[in-house]
Amino acid sequence: MSAVGGLGVQPRRFGGPRDRLDAFAGRHRSISLILGMALVGALLPLIVLLPPFNSFQGQASWVDGFTNAGVFVLLALGLNLVVGVAGLLDLGYAAFFAIGAYTYAYGASPFSGLEIPFWPMLLVGAFVAAVFGILLGAPTLRLRGDYLAIVTLGFGEIVPIVFLNSDTYTQGTNGIGGIYKPSILGYDFTLTNPWPFYIVMVALVALAMAFCYRLIESRLGRAWDAIREDELAAASNGINTVTAKLLAFALGASTAGIAGVFNASKLTLVSPDQFLFVVSFTVLAMVVLGGMGNVWGVAIGAFVIYTIQSVVLKQLNTFFDRTGIPILRDIDFIQLQFLLYGIALVAMMLFRPEGLFPNSRRKRELRARATAGDDALAVPAETAEGLE
Amino acid sequence: MTATSGTLRATRRSLGPAASIGIRLGVIIVALAVALAFLGPTQFLNALTRGAIYALVALGYTMVYGIIELINFAHGDVFMVGGFVSLTLLVNLFGASGAITEPVSLAITLIAVFVVAMAAMGLVGVIIERLAYRPLRNAPRLAPLLTAIGVSFILQNIIQLIYGPFQISVPQIFPTNAFVEIGGVRVALLAIFIVIVALTLMIGLELFVGRTRLGRAMRSTAANREAAALMGVNINRTIAVTFFIGSALAGAAGVIFGLYYGVAQFQLGFFAGLKAFTAAVLGGIGNTTGAALGGFIIGFIEVGASSVGLARWGPAVVFGVLVIVLVFRPTGLLGQQLGERA
Repeated sequence: MSAVGGLGVQPRRFGGPRDRLDAFAGRHRSISLILGMALVGALLPLIVLLPPFNSFQGQASWVDGFTNAGVFVLLALGLNLVVGVAGLLDLGYAAFFAIGAYTYAYGASPFSGLEIPFWPMLLVGAFVAAVFGILLGAPTLRLRGDYLAIVTLGFGEIVPIVFLNSDTYTQGTNGIGGIYKPSILGYDFTLTNPWPFYIVMVALVALAMAFCYRLIESRLGRAWDAIREDELAAASNGINTVTAKLLAFALGASTAGIAGVFNASKLTLVSPDQFLFVVSFTVLAMVVLGGMGNVWGVAIGAFVIYTIQSVVLKQLNTFFDRTGIPILRDIDFIQLQFLLYGIALVAMMLFRPEGLFPNSRRKRELRARATAGDDALAVPAETAEGLE
Repeated sequence: MTATSGTLRATRRSLGPAASIGIRLGVIIVALAVALAFLGPTQFLNALTRGAIYALVALGYTMVYGIIELINFAHGDVFMVGGFVSLTLLVNLFGASGAITEPVSLAITLIAVFVVAMAAMGLVGVIIERLAYRPLRNAPRLAPLLTAIGVSFILQNIIQLIYGPFQISVPQIFPTNAFVEIGGVRVALLAIFIVIVALTLMIGLELFVGRTRLGRAMRSTAANREAAALMGVNINRTIAVTFFIGSALAGAAGVIFGLYYGVAQFQLGFFAGLKAFTAAVLGGIGNTTGAALGGFIIGFIEVGASSVGLARWGPAVVFGVLVIVLVFRPTGLLGQQLGERA
């Protein structure tokens, strides 16, 4: 006890292990980030063996749930590039998720007769989604941001409809089943063993996070910052805003494509109802609640929200079913979640627009403008009261 | 539409007003004749009523966009809630279960339902603006768009909590089997009634925006908010009035939808909103005449698409129209330059 207390008082010796760790983390950000994710990935399955968590479900179910949460973390990381960093509102993000998933379904299922391995298909899925992102973004990114929002909203609705209605190519409502699972070095992934998928997901999330960090701190990332804060000023300073916005859109889409390929290979089934608007909305809520622009914040936000909705809300349902209290029993907490998301989204934008885990620059930006604007408008509105 | 300024942000061609209106009317009449020949009378009327609904919803989008440059994503859901308000009034207050054949009580019920639903939705619109949009009026553009999405979800889920997720049938109090013969063609009275109601509301809106003091305040606020404030316009009240009128029109559209289709469901507003927004963009966003015109055009496009066997692709066709308009004529048919303005 005294040793621990003593550490705080003593002047820290330079060159101690902690400083060396900090210095290493400063110099090798990507490596330390991947190591950090590996640590998190190793600890999570152990934490769920502890008391409050082990009463919900067994370790295998938890690990499987974490893998599914990872899909949403990937989606949130990708959408964060588009919405959080570049400031483009994409309301049809699930469409790219769907495109990635169907790409894998065509590449590796009895339906198409092809059997391309999972690993190259990750890249193919990312590429196809990015192409669609560019096709959709090219006409609309030249216009104001609001048009992009509505066009992506439409696109997100149309893609499932297209998959639903072109029965010949997609088997309509039934979707494409029997999709092949990944295998590595002769080891085949199975539905019953959640661990291989979990390890792959941890690796994908770690890579995606390192990728996001490097991207945000690159020349392109600074261009996105500039465009988000003032597009006109960014363009005047020589940034090709259309190209930068298209790249944000395409990179965000490709992340969703990877998530789609992974999800399809895990579920071994793709069907149009997996990609409805609620998916786009959920991911958007994750990004906003986590803290737009902040990679860690968004990842944690997505992870926590997914875990709450898939574990806690379900548990609440079964819990109240068992108690038999009439009113509480009839509430479907999973249905309620979208009402909660809606309220959370509005409350968040009104009271804490920077999110739960804010990005420092983003926070200053959102706070400064809101207060400056209030002052500017208050004066004329008040003086004009009696005149009209 | 009337000869007075049909736009929130008036644009004038170099052509004389009379000639310009003459040409436009001519184009509209020719287009209607072609549509009638192509669709046949039944589908033509169907397109007209559907278009009237889209047009009424599109007006709200375009007015709000014109005045605060916000795509009000919750607007389609306001339309949907309007349908549920009329459902509740009809079932719980009037105890209606089917067509009311007695003309006087039908008229009283209709007037009551329209007035109450429009007032209620107008109030809902004002409340939404006050709580979710006004605090963010000077925030970065993304913020109010996100709250609008949030409000949309809140409205949908409140309705789902109250009425459940399934389609509910709305009593069709206007007799659907009453017809009049026009030139040997049987025309449903309901369709005529709906088109007349919609046109009356649109003309009323044009007169309001063009001729009244508040309408002038709306136009000046849309043109330049700061300058309008300096001229003594109460900006907050003007924007609230805009939301009230836009939402009331959506409420009326909700009542009409119930009368015509006899159903209500909590997700109806989503696609209707998307289509109505497309109509507003097609007509030129910010332009009320354009929104009305766009609404009817979308109605005809959709009915036309289903009559050539693309019924299931309706939303995709409308979305295609939206993308094509944005690529080739982002200002819409009657709109002004909005292009890259940030």
